[in-house]
This record gives sequence, C-alpha cells and structure tokens, in this order.
Amino acid sequence: MCGIISVIDRSGSSMDGGAIKKALAQMNERGNGEGAGYAVYGAYPDYKEYYALHVFYDNLAESKTAVEAILEKWGHIEHSEEIPTYEQSRLKKTQIPWRYFFRPDASLISGGISGEKDAVIRIINTVNTSVNGALIFSSGKDVGIFKASGWPEEVADFYRIEDYEGYIWLGHNRYPTNTGGWWGGAHPFNLLDCSVVHNGEITSYGTNVRYIESFGYKCTMLTDTEVVAYLLDLLGRKHELPVDLAVKALAPPFWDEIDRMDISKKELYTALRMAYGSALMNGPFAIVVANSDSIMGFTDRIKLRPMVAAEYGDRMYISSEEAAIRTMEPVLDSVWMPTAGEPVIGRLRR
Amino acid sequence: MSIGSVPVKFKVTIDNDRCMLCERCIENCSYGVFRREGQKIVPDSRKCTACHRCVAMCPRDAIDLEEKPNDYRSHPLWTREAREAIYNQAKSGKIILSGMGNALDYPIIFDRLVLDACQVTNPSIDPLREPMELRTYIGKKPERINIKKNNSGDYDLNTEIAPNLKLETPVMIGHMSYGAISLNAQKALAKAVSSVGTFMGTGEGGLHKDLYPYQSNMIVQVASGRFGVDINYLERGAAIEIKIGQGAKPGIGGHLPGEKVAEDVSKTRMIPLHSDAISPAPHHDIYSIEDLVQLVRSLKEATEWKKPVFVKIAAVHNVAAIAAGIARSSADAVVIDGFKGGTGAAPRVFRDHVGMPVEVAIATVDKILREQGIRNEVSVIASGGIRDSADVTKAVALGADAVYIGTAALIAMGCRVCGSCYRGLCPWGIATQRPELVSRLNPDEAAVNVANLINGWTLELAELMGAAGINSIESLRGNRDRLRGYMLDEGILDVLDVKMIGA
Repeated sequence: MCGIISVIDRSGSSMDGGAIKKALAQMNERGNGEGAGYAVYGAYPDYKEYYALHVFYDNLAESKTAVEAILEKWGHIEHSEEIPTYEQSRLKKTQIPWRYFFRPDASLISGGISGEKDAVIRIINTVNTSVNGALIFSSGKDVGIFKASGWPEEVADFYRIEDYEGYIWLGHNRYPTNTGGWWGGAHPFNLLDCSVVHNGEITSYGTNVRYIESFGYKCTMLTDTEVVAYLLDLLGRKHELPVDLAVKALAPPFWDEIDRMDISKKELYTALRMAYGSALMNGPFAIVVANSDSIMGFTDRIKLRPMVAAEYGDRMYISSEEAAIRTMEPVLDSVWMPTAGEPVIGRLRR
Repeated sequence: MSIGSVPVKFKVTIDNDRCMLCERCIENCSYGVFRREGQKIVPDSRKCTACHRCVAMCPRDAIDLEEKPNDYRSHPLWTREAREAIYNQAKSGKIILSGMGNALDYPIIFDRLVLDACQVTNPSIDPLREPMELRTYIGKKPERINIKKNNSGDYDLNTEIAPNLKLETPVMIGHMSYGAISLNAQKALAKAVSSVGTFMGTGEGGLHKDLYPYQSNMIVQVASGRFGVDINYLERGAAIEIKIGQGAKPGIGGHLPGEKVAEDVSKTRMIPLHSDAISPAPHHDIYSIEDLVQLVRSLKEATEWKKPVFVKIAAVHNVAAIAAGIARSSADAVVIDGFKGGTGAAPRVFRDHVGMPVEVAIATVDKILREQGIRNEVSVIASGGIRDSADVTKAVALGADAVYIGTAALIAMGCRVCGSCYRGLCPWGIATQRPELVSRLNPDEAAVNVANLINGWTLELAELMGAAGINSIESLRGNRDRLRGYMLDEGILDVLDVKMIGA
C-alpha cells in the first residue's frame, strides 16, 4: 500500500502545504497511521546557500552535543533551532526535530572527498552510523522534510505544514509492512537535493544495498527507500547520467525490447544493464523523486503499483490516485497513466 | 598377504527365477562382475563398484545390488573407511586415489539456507504470464558508462564494453577434459550447451575437431600442462580459462593415466600416445600474481583482446584475497571451485580434507570484492557440488553470477557416481576411452538429457525468482535478503552475511 502525491509549479510560484495535507489524507486507506511526511522545496529562502540538516534527536544531551561537535569540526553552523512542533492528541513527540543551516569545509576531509556534497554525505554517514540517538534525515539546500509516525493530518498539524511554502511538494502516507513504523522510516527520504517518496517493496534491496555500499554509502534507515536516493545520487551526480537514463538503469527495458532496438540504442541499453545490473530495482514500486529543478515519477517494469499523472496550467501532479490530485485541483487539463518503467518528469521553466 | 582381503562393499545377487540368461549383465559390466556357469549367472561381488549398469540394463529386473552393512566390529572412531584405507596403504605404500566428490559427511550449507517467498504485500510473479529474465553476461563490466547526446537528441554510448559471454541461463558446464571423459560425452555436453544458449569448458584436453561446430559455446582451458594449447585452440574458444586449482584437489595438479591416452586423445592433447599426462600443481611460469597478470594479458594479446579470460581457483581459506588479486589482474571472471566438486581422480586425502565449501567461498569473495569496490567489474562463477536449481539460486543469492555444473551433467547422461572414473572402465561410456564402452553413449540422446536438465533447472530458477518477486537475475545476485540460515551457527551466518531464520 502507501499513498504518494507530488506537485511542482513549473513557473516556480509558491504553494502552501494546506492542499497537499488534504490530498494525502484523501488516501488514508493507503496508510495505517504509522507514518506520514512532507517535503517542500523553497522552504528556506533566507538560508538557501546552506545545507538544511534536519535531525531527529532522542535527547538534547549527549547526542546533540556529539552531532554539533562533528558539524563544527567539519564546517560552519550558520543557524540552528528546534523545528517548531505542536503536539497532537495522538501524536506525541517521541523524537526532537532540530534543524541546522550548515556549510561544510570539504578541504578538511580526506579520502576522495571532491566537494561540498561529498563532504555532507560523509558527515551524514558518520552521524547516522556512530552517534546514538541522532539521525540526519534531510540535508538539501532550501529543502525541508517533515515526517513522523502518525496519520497525514496529524503529522501536518504537528509541524503546521500549511505555514511552509514552496514550489515543489511531496507527500507520503505510509503503510509499513516489511519494517516497523518509526520516525526515521517515514517518507520522504532525502539526501542532499534528492527527495524520495515510494509506494511498494524493493525485492532487490539486498542486491542494491550491497552495490551502493561498495561506493561508500551507508544504509541506516531500515527502509528500502533510502537506497533509491543513494542510487540516484550515484548514477546522476557522480556518474553524470541524465535523469531519464538513470531511471532506465533502475527500471530498464526488458531484454526482448532491447533486442529489437536499432544497433546504437541496443548497444547503449545493453551497456546500461551490464554496468548497472546491481542497481536495477525489482519488485512492486511507484516512486517520485524530487530535486530543486524537477519531480520525476516512475514505476517498476511491470507496474505492480499504481501511478497517475496530471497537469493543470503550470502545475504538474504525480500521485497514487487521481482522487488525491483532484482534491488539490478539481478540474485538470489532462490526466494520464504512465506506462511501466517510463519516467514522467516535470521541470521548472528556468 | 598377512593382512588378507577386506570385506566386499556391495553385494550383488541374481534372482534365478527371473533371470533369462540373456547375459546382458556380462556384456555390460566392464568391471567383470558377472560370468555364466551352466544355467546360472554368477556374480563376483568383490569387483562391483555399484555403477548400476547391470541393474539398469537387466530386462527382467533380476539383479539386486545392496551396500553391504559394516561387518567389522563397530567403532565410532575406527570406521570401516579408516580401517580399509590403512589396510590398503599397508599393502601398497601408495597414495589412495578416488573419484567424484568429497565423500565425508560434512554439513551441506546449501541445505541449511532457505529461500524467501512473497506473501500479500509484495506480489509473487508468475513466470508463465510475466517476463522472467535470466540472461547473464559473464565478463568485465565498466564501473560506469559515459554517454554523449547526439544531434537528434538521443544518447550515444561513449564507453567501450569488453567482450562478454552471453548466457541465456546462469548454468554452465564446467571443465571435464577429453581424456578424462569420452569424446561422445563431450559431444553430448557441447550439443546440449549449444541448444540451451550456455557454455561448457573443454578442460585441459585440447579441442577435438569433432567439437569445432560447437566452439562458439566452448571455453578453452589453459592449465599447467598446457595440453592441447596452441593459437588455433585459443582462437576457437569463446573464452579462455586459466586453471590454477580445482575444488576436489586444491594445491595439486592433474593426472591422466597413460592407459586413457588413446590415439585421438594424444593428438588432441598434443602428447605422445599412452604417455601419462601430468599437469603439475604450479604453472611453471606463474609463481606470483604478477606472473598471472602476464599470462592473462598474453592470452588476451594472442587473441587480440576479443575473448574474456577466466581464472579458476579452488576454494581455500584465503580465497577472498586471492580472488581480489585475480580481479585486478585483467581477468574477466574468477571461478571458485568448492571442495564438494567432482573429479576423475584425486588422492582421497585431498578430496576429503582440503579446501572449503563453495557457499562460504562465494560469500567471502563477494564481500571483499565489494569492499574494494570492484565486484561489479568482474564476474564470479561458482562450482563444486551444485546439485539442483535450489543450489543454483542460493549460489547466485550469495553472490555468484553463474554456476558451473560437472557431476550433475554426467548424472544426466547416466553416471551413477560410483567413483571409479580413474580406472577408465566407466560402463556408461562417460569416463573412459575404450571404444566399446564409449560407443555405449549416444551423444544425441545424452545431449537431450543434459539440455533437459538445464532447461528444467532454468524453469525452476525462474519459479523461485518469481516467488521472491524478482523478474531479473541481476536482482537475485548477491541478494542475501532472500536467504535465511536454518540451523547454522552464528559464526557461519556472519561469514555468509545471512540473517538467521525468523530474523
């Protein structure tokens, strides 16, 4: 199960979080109250040059001190604060969400670190694998992830999501079935500029994790979603594959189809599968990935999970259900069902 | 003869009421168990190897064959095998030879790993209705690919891909040489692999001209004896394999007795008629990893870099480090042969006591190659004791790209695993060069049997993958999540990197 909803305003105009809260709640049949979350791009215009690190703390003593020592050692904290929350009757604050606006100093870190982004990944890996009671779950510039164990309305009210504004929104309503519900396991999952919401199970998880970890990533969230973010970071940012081709590595055409392609395309897709076979994702999934320029949705190769796309003016939507989209925009210019494995991309007009 | 004879191992009896004196048992038994005395067939059980040829060929089911129970004084330490080995060596002063796989009762790790299947939240995939992809490329892969956008807006590939073998099933047939097995047996295997879209190894026996039509599905071998190796041989193979070690006998070479070196074998191997073909343990030009690198590159250079080169080693305790060295040697694939692997002949003490299970070897090799970030660039082939499609599935889940089978392919042709291959008397026409025995094996029929076996396993593999919600073999490879250990101790689970059942 799980329900996903996403929207981009291609003109870059801001939307508040009120509509997506309702849209996500429309899909409460797809959740079980164990997790919901929102991602918003354009959340922190005042600090848009800094990495917005969102951290869940079990306590503000040892774990916070340890994280801040790491951040101060490897960079500069411009500003930090507790993320404002408003307790709900059912949703209690089991962890303390904190945010830092941070700039790393990549020159301080050895071991093949080539820039700020690599440095941030290294810092996240260090915190998430070595500091008890602390989890960095969001790390993009001008991006915020707001998630917890609860129903979509509760999580939205807990963070007062309608107070935030942005030009891209993602929402996720969780029905966990292969790991327990916990705050870190709620979606969206984020790494740097890349945020992921996901409906399904990745049966290739064991292969994907072993593959991605051989490139230095560490999977710590106990959910198959984070591996998607790491794979896209590797293929897109590090290996410089364009996003539509990266998706074709994760959900490639079948060999039958490749065999029928013309020679140069066949060579390309054969090479893609040979080189990135371990990145291929199997199992039922519908995924939406956002970065600061776009949202992109794609499903597994035989479309075992639903996904629908729609447009209205500058806005493009991708969701599990048309009904959820129509909660946000009752009259749409177009609605369509993308075919299996075919990416749907909505880009900012910049 | 102070020791005297040891008790017979197998007891052969004839039901004279059923026997019609057709004498097929006499004709079929190359070990000379049967003779006719008047109106009776009389067996000499002492000569029996339990090859079952007589039982299979008797038209009246008149022959019974049973393993004789231990009639020594029972003792938990001084078993029958231990005592008889001592009697035999006390008499001969020689190394005791034996055939086929490890005969000690080690726990089989494959049997203590269980596979996973989908229920409810994640649909199983029905291979009869949905595509199921088992295609596997064996060879070097690039770490990443580079692309370029062309004028029409499409992407062009800007990375050269090294030559790979394209398999339609991840099951190949390992190296069993012409000499160790008969030409008819090799022909049967060659026809089978050609028909199912996979590959077989020639072993260190050269390539007989009758196999030329199947050369595009054959991997030629370069072992320490270099038998049969010349440029013609190298160019004919689809790939080249350097054999360093063999799972059944790590650390020692090969030995084909002169009796098996018949005329055709001598020509194919390029050695004198009836001479012993002895492959020493070391290659005399490889005493370091650097030397191996040179041989790998020399073979590539000789074949204009058009063929993948594999290196096969036996599974030994530091196999992971060795495999990592091989992976960096320009080799395209590393073959890991576990200690349950078969052989025509091995010293018993090696066969039973040296090496380690392929399950552990694959897991540790996969782990170190990943730690070094090079797993994706080299293929890993598992062999040694692969008995069924479940073993194949588990080997792939532990990290193998494909498997080699040997004994299983021979069994598909009729072999009863009697373990007497080294005597050259195989009554099934498989491990023999005697023309009258070789002619018993019809290569066309045996090819169908072997192809059936591989097809059957492939279907089962597809079903197992479908049950696990996986429709592409790439997603099974190294997918330890799909495995759980059942009655395995924590230490082995840790080495395998597999969770305990229930976890």
